[in-house]
Amino acid sequence: MKAAPRTFRYTQDHEWASFDLNVGRTVRVGITEYAESQLGDIVYVDLPAVGTELRQHEAFGTVESVKSVSDLMSPVSGRVVAINDGLVDAPDAINKDAYGAGWIVEIEASDSAELDALLTPDAYDTYVGGLG
Amino acid sequence: MTSLKTALYDRHVALGARMVDFAGYQMPLNYGKGQLQEHHLVRSGAGLFDVSHMGQVRFQGPDAVAVVNRLITNDLQALPDGKALYTACCRDDGGILDDLICYRRSVTDVLIVVNASNVAKIVAWFESRATGESRPVDVSDQYALLALQGPKAAEILSAAHPAAMTMRPFQLSSFEDPRFGAVLVASTGYTGESGFELFVAPERAVTLSDHLLERGAEPIGLGARDTLRLEMKYALYGNDIDETTNPLEAGLGWVTKLDKPEGFIGQDALRAIAAAGVTRKLVGIELEGRGIARHGYGVHVPGGESVGVVTSGTIGPTVGKAIAMAYVATAQSAMGTRLEVDIRGKRSEAVVCKTPFLTRPRL
Repeated sequence: MKAAPRTFRYTQDHEWASFDLNVGRTVRVGITEYAESQLGDIVYVDLPAVGTELRQHEAFGTVESVKSVSDLMSPVSGRVVAINDGLVDAPDAINKDAYGAGWIVEIEASDSAELDALLTPDAYDTYVGGLG
Repeated sequence: MTSLKTALYDRHVALGARMVDFAGYQMPLNYGKGQLQEHHLVRSGAGLFDVSHMGQVRFQGPDAVAVVNRLITNDLQALPDGKALYTACCRDDGGILDDLICYRRSVTDVLIVVNASNVAKIVAWFESRATGESRPVDVSDQYALLALQGPKAAEILSAAHPAAMTMRPFQLSSFEDPRFGAVLVASTGYTGESGFELFVAPERAVTLSDHLLERGAEPIGLGARDTLRLEMKYALYGNDIDETTNPLEAGLGWVTKLDKPEGFIGQDALRAIAAAGVTRKLVGIELEGRGIARHGYGVHVPGGESVGVVTSGTIGPTVGKAIAMAYVATAQSAMGTRLEVDIRGKRSEAVVCKTPFLTRPRL
């Protein structure tokens, strides 16, 4: 498994948030390779509607693999400003490229303190390492 | 309790398997290529499964076939020597204790493959209920069990065992080889493909496995085993059948010989159930909406009341649809009946369909 990208931030629910868009407080969000590999082949992704207001650590959708179904937990509070429509027909993009083409939503965060509190890549890697 | 390891454990790890606990054993879920790809490899080529977690019980003695026949619903007496028989094993009330494959090696020697989670229960049941001279012996430790499945299975096995090319389904044979020792071969499986199950001494399992992999078989985990069996509507004990279900409602009437002259445990109860008519049936359903119907999800008439429950479900990688098995009230069990499955609070449209889900022209 690849190390978590250095410029991203993470949650213990195995979501990532990237600031690489460079648009104010808007973050791109997906699930980590660890989550993807635990789920196995992903066959459905349920996405929220653009405009949905999310609260941190609340479910905003589901990702379903042949093996199991998991809630997607929002890493931050805020408003959904974009969704990755391509996942509806090609959910396996998450398996193939969890940190890139497999992104799930973009959220305009309402509270920058939440962003600051997310896990660093090193902290996340350590956390995953501890899961065995 | 620490889980057990099969003779092939180190091989699985070396091959990159993701190991999971299953029925008390560390078993490969998949080998890192993804479960869907493994599924397709079995349908198109040949897959090798370690199923050594399954148990084996042997009856030997002059009355072995007769003794076993009173413990099972199918008719082992009517089977020729050298053949395998799928059957249920029931309680007095008809509840299914396990589903088994009985290998009639001869009239005095019957080998039975038992689901891993049921070995202790079945051995105890046989010990308490077998009547006759032949007694059950748990021989699970004597065998590693490999399943070689897929259209290329016979060709792959033929290098070690040329007779593999001409074996008919549910046939037994055996061979001896300096590398693998004595190997019992049965043309049985759990995938819907032609193939074999190979009983080999545990200390020879790695050598035999390596040989089959070198000949072109791909290692396949339990994940793909589940989708392969589901496309065939093969029941999985603990999911689709258990002690609260009977073989008549579970679609196992074809292995339940209600008129077997020498009788079997559960026969009277099952005759009564048959006479009254089953109240529910295990059917195959196809989902038309999004999502996967999983074990325990409720089944309803469209917009209305509950009529059953899903026992197994998946995306069928070969059939290309979301499929499931469910017990539904007999009135709702006819092919084409429209239903809804409650997928985490959302109703998904479904229809009772023909099974097996996988249909192909037979060669």
